[in-house]
Amino acid sequence: MDNDLTLKIEHLSSGFFTERGYVPAVDDVSLSIGKGQVVGIVGESGCGKSMIARSVMGLLKYPGRITGGSIKLAGQELTGMSDGQLQRIRGKDMAMIFQEPMTSLNPVVPIGKQMREALLLHEKMDKISAKAEVLKMLEHVGISEPKKRYGAYPHELSGGLRQRVMIAMAMICKPKLLIADEPTTALDVTIEAQILRLIRSLSRETGMSVLLISHNLGVIAQMCDTVYVMYAGKIVEQADAYTLFDRHAHPYTKGLMDSVIDLKSNPRRLPAIGGVVPNLLHLPAGCAFSPRCPRAMDRCREERPELEELAPGHLCRCFEEGRERL
Amino acid sequence: MAREILLSARGLVKEFPAKGHKRVHAVSDVDLDIYAGETLALVGESGCGKSTLGRTLIQLIPPTAGTVTFQGHEITGLSARAFAPYRRQMQLIFQDPYASLDPRMTVHDIVAEPLVTYKLCPDKAAVTQRVRELLDAVGIPDEFLYRYPHQFSGGQRQRIGIARAIALQPRLIICDEPVSALDVSVQSQILNLLKDLQERFGLTYLFISHDLSVVRFMADRVAVMFLGRLCEVGDTKTVYERPAHPYTRFLLDAIPMADPRARETEKPLLQGEIPSPIDVPSGCRFRTRCPYATSRCRTEEPELRAVDGRLVACHAAPLDR
Repeated sequence: MDNDLTLKIEHLSSGFFTERGYVPAVDDVSLSIGKGQVVGIVGESGCGKSMIARSVMGLLKYPGRITGGSIKLAGQELTGMSDGQLQRIRGKDMAMIFQEPMTSLNPVVPIGKQMREALLLHEKMDKISAKAEVLKMLEHVGISEPKKRYGAYPHELSGGLRQRVMIAMAMICKPKLLIADEPTTALDVTIEAQILRLIRSLSRETGMSVLLISHNLGVIAQMCDTVYVMYAGKIVEQADAYTLFDRHAHPYTKGLMDSVIDLKSNPRRLPAIGGVVPNLLHLPAGCAFSPRCPRAMDRCREERPELEELAPGHLCRCFEEGRERL
Repeated sequence: MAREILLSARGLVKEFPAKGHKRVHAVSDVDLDIYAGETLALVGESGCGKSTLGRTLIQLIPPTAGTVTFQGHEITGLSARAFAPYRRQMQLIFQDPYASLDPRMTVHDIVAEPLVTYKLCPDKAAVTQRVRELLDAVGIPDEFLYRYPHQFSGGQRQRIGIARAIALQPRLIICDEPVSALDVSVQSQILNLLKDLQERFGLTYLFISHDLSVVRFMADRVAVMFLGRLCEVGDTKTVYERPAHPYTRFLLDAIPMADPRARETEKPLLQGEIPSPIDVPSGCRFRTRCPYATSRCRTEEPELRAVDGRLVACHAAPLDR
C-alpha cells in the first residue's frame, strides 16, 4: 500500500538552533500524499507549514535542521541524503513553487533558457529538443505566444505570467510531487483563480501529487482532497476536505472557519480568535492553543493532548471534552 | 433623507509621465461622493489606480485635473498653509505596519507626534495623558507606552498606526489595505476595532482593498475600479447580490469559497491580464477582456449611469441573468 504513496512523512521534527535555544518549528508531523492527490496544509504565519515544505525539499539552511523522523518520496528515504543526491531529485522528481516568483527566477537569464537548464541536466536532452519541450510546456500553462516569451526576462512579465512561468519550470521534468507554498497569495483574485485551476488540471492530467500550503481556507476548500491544520508546529486536525469544512472538531479549526467572511450575510462583528500565536521558544506547558482557546480547561493547561482518530481519516489533537460537538 | 456629503470629487484625473512622452493614466475622470459617517470601499486589482485615487482625494498627491471639495470647500490647488486645517481632518492608515512606524521612536512618541505638531495639548503631561487615552481606545495596554515598534506583533503595530491616525480627531480616514499583511485571526480583530472606532468617534472611512470578502464586511457602499475608471458604484449588498458590470461579476465569481462543494459549479473565469495603463484601450477600458463587448464598446466610452439602484458604466448593463 505504502508504495503507492508519492510522499510519506513520518514523525518529522525540524527546527532552528538559535542563540536563545532550539525553536521547534515542526514537531512530530506525519503526513502522506497518494498519487494524483492534492493535500493541503493550512495555518497562520509561523505555524511551521513552510518548514515542512523546506524539509521535504532539503532546503533547510543553517541554523535550521531536521532533527528526527523520515521523509519518503515514492519509497525513497530523503533524510540523510547528501546535497548531491538531493540535487538529482530536486527539480526532477519533486519541484516547488513559491509565493514570490521573482525570488526563484534568475533575473539575468531569459526564462526559456532557465527552463531548458533542467531538461539538459536531468533528462540529458539536446538543446533543440529541449527548446521544443519548453515551448510546449509554456503553451500548456496558458502563456500565449510562447516563442516570443521564450527570450523574455522575468522582469518583463506581469506577476500572473511569472507565476505561470514558475509553474511551467516546476512541471518541465514531470515531477511526481509539486510543492506549492502560498502560490497565489501575491496575486489578484481573478489571476489567482486562473492559477489554481491550472494547478488542478495539471495534477489531474499527469497524476502529479500536490502539497499545497496556504493560509486561505477558500483556496484550500477549492483545491484539496485532504487537509492538515497546523498550529505552533503540530498538526491539530486532519481530515478530508468535506469532513473538515462540515464537521471540524478542533477549536482552532473552528476559530479559523469562523473568521472566514460570509459574502451573503452582514454581521455587525466578526468572530475573532483572541490573543496571538505563541512564541515557539516559550510554548505553554499544556496544549499550545490553550491560552487562546475559548473551551480550555485546567487539564488543557497542564497536559498535552495527542492526535486521536475520531473517525477513519479524521484526526484531532484535543481532549474529548474540549472538542466541538460533531 | 439628505445625507451630508463629506468629500466630493468631480472630473478627477491623475496622470504620471512615462517613457517616450507617454502618460500613465492612473486615474481618469472620476466623480465620487463620500458621505459623512459611511464606509466607502474602493476595490479593484493591483495597478487599477485605487491607491492613487485615495491619495489624490486627500491631496497627498496633487491631481492633474479636476476638483475635490471637503465639506463644501474646494481643497484642490490650495497652498500648504491654506490646506493645513483640512489636512488635520484627513488621515491615512497604511498596509504595512512594519514600514509605516519609525523604528527609532517609542510608541508614545509616535502617537504624540501629531498632537505636538498641531499644538493640541497645553503641556507634556497632557500629551502623555492623551496618548494613553488613544492607546486604550485601540487596545494597547498602558505598560507598552515606552516600547519600540519591533517589540510588537503585526496586529499590535496596526493598532498603533490606528491610534496615530485618530489622534487629531479627523473626520475622514483613508484605510489603504489595512489588514492585507495580517493573519486571518488578527485580521478579524482589527476590522472589529475599525468598526468600533467608527461608531465611537463618528469616523468616515474610505476603505481601499483588493479583498472582496473584507469589503463585504466593512463597507456600506462600494466603488469598483478598473484601469483608472470607476465601473460600478452602489450599496454593498446590491452590488454583491446583483452585480451589473461584467467586471464586478467576474471579480465576485473569482473569490475562492471556503466550501468544497463550490468546486462542482465551476464559474467562467476572466481571461487575460489587465491592459497597460499607458496604452489604454479605446472606448470602454474593460472591453479587451469582456465577453459581452460589441463594436459600440470600442468607440464609445460608457459613462456612469443609474441602473437598478446603483451606478454602472457599461453599455450592456444590466446583463441578463
